Amino acid sequence: MKAILALIIVAAGVGAFTYVLAMRMAPLFRAAQGPQLDRIGERLFALYHFPHHRMPRPGYADIGYTHISIILSLAVLSIHVLMLIYAGFTGLQMPALDTTIGAGYAIISDIALTVLLAACIFAAVRRGYLKPSRYDVPEQYGKDRSKPWALLLISLLGAIALLDMIFLGSAAVAAQAAGESYRFIAPLTGTWFASILLGGLSASAAGTLNTLIYFILLISIFVFVVLIPFDRLFHMITGPATVFFKKLDKGTVKPVQWGVEDEKVADLESFGVKKFEDFTWKHILDFYSCADCGRCSDQCPANAVGRPLSPRFISIKGRDYAFSHYPLKGAFIKNEALIGDIYEEDEIWSCTTCGACEEECPVTIEYIDKIIDLRRGMVDDGLVPQSLQKPLNALGKRGNPWGKMEKKRAEWTKDLPEDVKIKDLSGGDTSETLYFVDSITSYDDRMAELARATATVLSAAGADTGILGKNEKDSGHEVRRFGEEMLFLELRDHNTEMILESGAKAIVTSDPHALNALKNDYKGLPPVEHISEFVLRNINEKNLVFNPLNDDEKDKIYTFHDPCYLGRHNEIYDAPRAVMDAIPGMKRVDMTKCKDRSFCCGGGGLMLFYEPEEEQRMGVLRVEMAKEAGANVIVTGCPFCLVNMEDAIKVAGLEGQMEAIDLSELIARQIKKG
Amino acid sequence: MEILVCVKRVPDTSENEIEVNSDGTDIERDDLVYSVNEWDNYAVEEAIQIKDKVGGSVTVVTVGDQESEEVLRREMAMGADNGILLEDDAFEGSDGKGIATILKAAVEKGKYDLILTGAQADDGAAQVGGMLAALLDLPYASLVNSIEIIDDKKLKVGREIEGGNQEMNEIEMPCVLSIQTGINEPRYVGIRGIRKVASVEIPTHGASDLGLGADMVGAGAAKAKRLDYFVPELGEGAEMLEGTTEEKIAKLIELLKAKGGIK
Repeated sequence: MKAILALIIVAAGVGAFTYVLAMRMAPLFRAAQGPQLDRIGERLFALYHFPHHRMPRPGYADIGYTHISIILSLAVLSIHVLMLIYAGFTGLQMPALDTTIGAGYAIISDIALTVLLAACIFAAVRRGYLKPSRYDVPEQYGKDRSKPWALLLISLLGAIALLDMIFLGSAAVAAQAAGESYRFIAPLTGTWFASILLGGLSASAAGTLNTLIYFILLISIFVFVVLIPFDRLFHMITGPATVFFKKLDKGTVKPVQWGVEDEKVADLESFGVKKFEDFTWKHILDFYSCADCGRCSDQCPANAVGRPLSPRFISIKGRDYAFSHYPLKGAFIKNEALIGDIYEEDEIWSCTTCGACEEECPVTIEYIDKIIDLRRGMVDDGLVPQSLQKPLNALGKRGNPWGKMEKKRAEWTKDLPEDVKIKDLSGGDTSETLYFVDSITSYDDRMAELARATATVLSAAGADTGILGKNEKDSGHEVRRFGEEMLFLELRDHNTEMILESGAKAIVTSDPHALNALKNDYKGLPPVEHISEFVLRNINEKNLVFNPLNDDEKDKIYTFHDPCYLGRHNEIYDAPRAVMDAIPGMKRVDMTKCKDRSFCCGGGGLMLFYEPEEEQRMGVLRVEMAKEAGANVIVTGCPFCLVNMEDAIKVAGLEGQMEAIDLSELIARQIKKG
Repeated sequence: MEILVCVKRVPDTSENEIEVNSDGTDIERDDLVYSVNEWDNYAVEEAIQIKDKVGGSVTVVTVGDQESEEVLRREMAMGADNGILLEDDAFEGSDGKGIATILKAAVEKGKYDLILTGAQADDGAAQVGGMLAALLDLPYASLVNSIEIIDDKKLKVGREIEGGNQEMNEIEMPCVLSIQTGINEPRYVGIRGIRKVASVEIPTHGASDLGLGADMVGAGAAKAKRLDYFVPELGEGAEMLEGTTEEKIAKLIELLKAKGGIK
């Protein structure tokens, strides 16, 4: 009788779970091609490394360690659950208790159950009463369905742990009351308390309770299992797959279509993501894997300044869309354009691709590639804000977003000091090192100072340096990230040809966007260094020596603002700091949000032209963070950061109290000549 | 609805540094980049939006040389169905009326319900739209900033008039409208879009195809001639306001009021 009942519960549970899971997988089979399975070793390491390193990052340590406790206890208890199911067919007797291994495992299970219950209680209290603000659902995303689900699932898991304790405790009581021996129960565990509390029961009462609780427990376990593919719990299954198939190379962008070479991209029927099935299966898997933990949006600078973008809801809206358009019952619903339906144009243009969300996500969900794919779709359909059309057209015609004349690209060299030697290679000259200047540093009056500082540093270190001059075009870094892939490919091919023709053996740039483009978007180029890396190397080789800071500068407190494309996307955190610290008399502090948690200045490249809806500027928030850290000089390593910081200092009304300077300018100022 | 949009290839003022050449007959053209005249681009977008609503086709036409084909292709990548290039050595040196005469001949080769032009061109005189309407003896509205279709015979068009005021008119088709910028938000045309129409055939019509004699078009027929090109002398410099922020603001408001900037 018991075995039949157990069989019905198990069969219904497994059947329902399998059905729901199969239906959930349907959109993955209609989706665009995803990444190749390669570099298995690295992927296995990622699986081990990322989740538990990211869950307890600063600010999230409480729930991070709680969640790790839940994972570990569930891992331990997975065998215990199989044994529980098995017991349903053997008169509710847990198997293998008479062996040493079995008894030992039972003790470990007692401990794991207790840890699990404690973790669930903490998580429920935190969610229900402490209510961290990052879980709030802003009005525009509808009513808060997140909290009820979270409380239901965590309560159910806690209840399962509690029921299990009562089941095990009552079995022990029944055995003892009948005068039989029972296995050792670890003292002070939940099971132990249950056995003490139930100690007064007769053998038959304990036996009846044991049977009753067993079936409630079994049903609860299968209700929990069936609920897995309905909400955030899905990450238990898809999360590991998302991490396993994650993008392994930082700073790169996914191809327009996996498996299609750049040369053949032009022939594709459609470009980017327009309807749901244009997402890759990996990206739909990402939607399923979102645990709705809110870390991404908590770190997102666009969200912080009130732009209409919250990465969390990119995922949640995607998941809800998949669930509603691939229903468990009835026909799949035909999908129309995503823009204007679940995503808005401004939402997708609001992203600066700074990568803060991706750096934080414990299941390594990719946002930048999805945003870029959606932008590719919008560009293909002509849905580009007017403010971005002019710079894009100018990039196509003149190779820079302002439409300035090509022949004026090297004009900044006219005001170089006498002793600074830099060759313009457009005349056929050659040099060992190529300085890739890129558009803003070439043309903007203020940023040209940064170009001159970089040239001064390169020259002082004795590097035989040249520039491409009128033959250089924009690196196209933001062109690609704003979705205009074809224009990017043109710019890339042109620059690649020019760089290779110049015969340079090494490339240096002062612009992290150019650095990232040349390193990660271009192929077959000589090694590329950011000026901070170049300088650090030359300090170590004793080619560069610094003067101490003068008396005016000595009392200032410096802080380094990590540019997104130098830091997060290329993991160059230490070189600029080491360079600053090599200046005698330098007092340097780090902001709370620094290195991989750096806060975007507002975005570079085409983002300078975009007119976002926002309550305040990212730069202003950043300048205030510097102030809070006690700094009065913000050192950047990126021309766009410098533009945004200088503007933000004015907007924040901190002129005279705060200044911004580029690392190359600081170095050029401090170099000891001769 | 069959719509014809007249477009022009012009040096893009935002992407060029325009300088007058040494003998003052023209601008320095060596380093220029060209694009479609901005007003014309709005006109084409409007035509495509009308077509998307009520059906029909959009044809773009230009008077120019082989290089003008690029603007036709760009507008076709945007969504125009056909392009026509009007090219002949005899057309060179035409004045506004000459250009309108050439366009009139092209209009008469087809059957159009609606003819759109840009309100003006970056390098033009804002005269061709009106002249074309007069030559065709069709109703005309200039500086149009909204078009509403009433039925297949009538349109309701909005015109921007001085002082930011708006005027609404009913106009019978066929008619000619000159389009003001801001009437819509023209879509972006990417490199991919242009490549897709790279091999579409664009018919070219010369003077004889259009039945135009040398006395009607070209330099010989032009009655308005350009005499000189120069950069006007710089006026007085800017006035710097002095004082605290509040004082500066007060002074600025005063100045704006005095000069009629604000009421």
